[in-house]
Amino acid sequence: MKLKLISAVVAAIVAGAPAMADLTFSALSYRTGPYAANGIPFADGYADYFTLLNERDGGIGGEKINLIECETAYNTEKGVECYESTKGSGALVYQPLSTGITYQLIPKATADGIPVHSMGYGRTSAKNGEVFSHIFNYPANYWDGASVAIKHLLDVNGGDLKGKKIALVYHNSAYGKEPIRTLEELAKKHGYELTLLPVDHPGQEQKSQWLQIRRDKPDHVLMWGWGVMNQVAIQEAVNIRYPMENFIGIWWSGSENDVLPAGDGANGYKSLTFHNTGSDFPLFADIEKYVKGAGKAAGAGDQIGTALYNRGLYAAMLAAEAAKTAQEIHKTAAITPAMMRDGMENLDITEAKMTALGLPGFGPSFKVSCQNHGGDGLTAVLQWDAAGKKWNKITDFIAPDNDVLNPLVAEDAAAYAKEAGITPACK
Amino acid sequence: MPETLLYAIEVMTNGLMAGVLYALVALGFVLIYKASGIFNYAQGVMALFSALTLVGIMDGQVPFAHLINAVFGTDLHHFGWTLPALLSIILTMGVMVLLAWAVQRFIFRHLVNQEPIILFMATIGLAYFMEGFGDMMWGSDIKKLDVGLPQGMNSWIDETTFNALGYGFFIDNLDIVAAVVATVLVGVLVAFSQYTKQGRAMRAVADDHQAALSVGISLNFIWIMVWSVAGFVALVAGVMWGAKSGVQFSLSLIALKALPVLMLGGFTSIPGAIVGGLIIGVGEKLFEFFVGPMIGGATENWFAYVLALIFLVFRPQGLFGEKIIERV
Repeated sequence: MKLKLISAVVAAIVAGAPAMADLTFSALSYRTGPYAANGIPFADGYADYFTLLNERDGGIGGEKINLIECETAYNTEKGVECYESTKGSGALVYQPLSTGITYQLIPKATADGIPVHSMGYGRTSAKNGEVFSHIFNYPANYWDGASVAIKHLLDVNGGDLKGKKIALVYHNSAYGKEPIRTLEELAKKHGYELTLLPVDHPGQEQKSQWLQIRRDKPDHVLMWGWGVMNQVAIQEAVNIRYPMENFIGIWWSGSENDVLPAGDGANGYKSLTFHNTGSDFPLFADIEKYVKGAGKAAGAGDQIGTALYNRGLYAAMLAAEAAKTAQEIHKTAAITPAMMRDGMENLDITEAKMTALGLPGFGPSFKVSCQNHGGDGLTAVLQWDAAGKKWNKITDFIAPDNDVLNPLVAEDAAAYAKEAGITPACK
Repeated sequence: MPETLLYAIEVMTNGLMAGVLYALVALGFVLIYKASGIFNYAQGVMALFSALTLVGIMDGQVPFAHLINAVFGTDLHHFGWTLPALLSIILTMGVMVLLAWAVQRFIFRHLVNQEPIILFMATIGLAYFMEGFGDMMWGSDIKKLDVGLPQGMNSWIDETTFNALGYGFFIDNLDIVAAVVATVLVGVLVAFSQYTKQGRAMRAVADDHQAALSVGISLNFIWIMVWSVAGFVALVAGVMWGAKSGVQFSLSLIALKALPVLMLGGFTSIPGAIVGGLIIGVGEKLFEFFVGPMIGGATENWFAYVLALIFLVFRPQGLFGEKIIERV
């Protein structure tokens, strides 16, 4: 009798459980903690795109998608725990959403044969696929961002930065220090004077840095900030009456969250981006119909079209396209992480493909290869319109200065290969 | 006057102003520690919670909207009204009093006579609970706080110092307001504890719980009152810091700025919190100005603790703390 009862309970549980999904994607998200305001829109965008594919297309290549979210609270230790606890689920790719977590996962995921997509963050030299076989950072990385920022400044200064003063206000962490080497190299090339102004975590108090900016009067200020550091920096810039059009943030310093608290004062602030913002794309009509309208949105639906929501959606779109590429290469819908890696390495994003997906002009065209896991680094500049409460894209997607960047990537990748005992080669 | 001296004076003045903001956070810790011997780890989260509640009430946000919508399938977000700042502050204070009652009724009433470490652990739990509760109640988006406080460079000071010294000093209007508010707040708190019946009862409880109970002072009432006053101080700190950066969850981390202030000023002294805040504010800013560039900058966070530790070497109880003499 007891055995029958147990069998019945097990049968009921099995019958009640959802069918095991065929394609599993893992997102290490953060919906809690001090950075939740930024983590939520990205996670919502990432989840909503996969929901759309499930609801509208029945998944990818006929296989339903199962998204596993694990809460990291933007904490590296928790992120690694998330990875360890979910890697057995058959996740095709990890989106760590943190430079610190990415650094920890580089050796682990490589050893486990699971690809990692650190889109616009993480270790820049992971662009070198011969060394970082399972790490992808397309379509742009921090060094691309630094280079494009300088290219934009060249553009607004008539092509000459000689004698100009540029200050970098950065989060005093591995992430914030990423662009320094590039900016120093570019300073040698273009003759500008670079001042470094680190801000300690979390960045709520930046008076010293902005008093120095007020005294030194740099012609331009660049910012590599995150979380509260961005809002405080923009407010302090407003307070000292720094011309906002001369203030440019990396894409992680360019969300609506960063500028809205400063109100009208933030008008004219610029930010880099590798994708478009707003919801004026055909795909968003489908998001409205199949996801939000159907009550299946990951969040409240109030973040759709914001910079970070669109970044999450874009990341999911790139993951889905890589999965499709893997299915085509291996001629099977039920792909494995190893096949997914091949799909990512052969990803080819064209404008025709973006248009077909309902995202014309949303992001740059780029092609991934074994030698190049980082795409072409095309980056555009956005400018904040405080009255309209929206970002306006004021440039096309601009290519970085690869003459300067490629040797830096090669040097850093070679150092990592030596340290990790890796013989560079295409897998 | 040499330029470096002018810059140093400007940095020092701004350090004083920053110190006032640190002191505002430290005050809340002192009040609770003084009255109950509890080191309230949740003070930073109280500042966050009160600021979230203030913005929510001002903007007419429906509390627990996400939860209500998820359970009942509704689409509620706002009541459709906005309230004046003063009324919202009064209502927020009501919420903080309610919170003080709940904290006392459901947590500390059951922990009377427990070791200080147990009480401290309880406040850690309270901090995490309140953070999650605040998130569920008001959402985790960054909110703009506009209670009409002036912000930005004070033009009068800029022009006056420029005319007199040839260099215009930067002082943020918000910092000036914070300094005035902190001065008034300390005056009111000192007057309250010295000249009112409840204030004297609070001091009696701080000195000796048992003795206070024996003369008929309600420990329960005093602790609710103290947590309410600490809630009010948290609200003031939350408004000042929230106006700088928007109201967001990292606001709870301002507690980190208060710890060196407490170490330096002493855990039991209201004037100590102010003086400690000023010393830390000026010390860290001047160190960053003179030494920071030589050692790569970003010295403020750790230097505040180094400064506090240096003071502790000479006065372990802090500048204004009570010296503990234990006879064997």
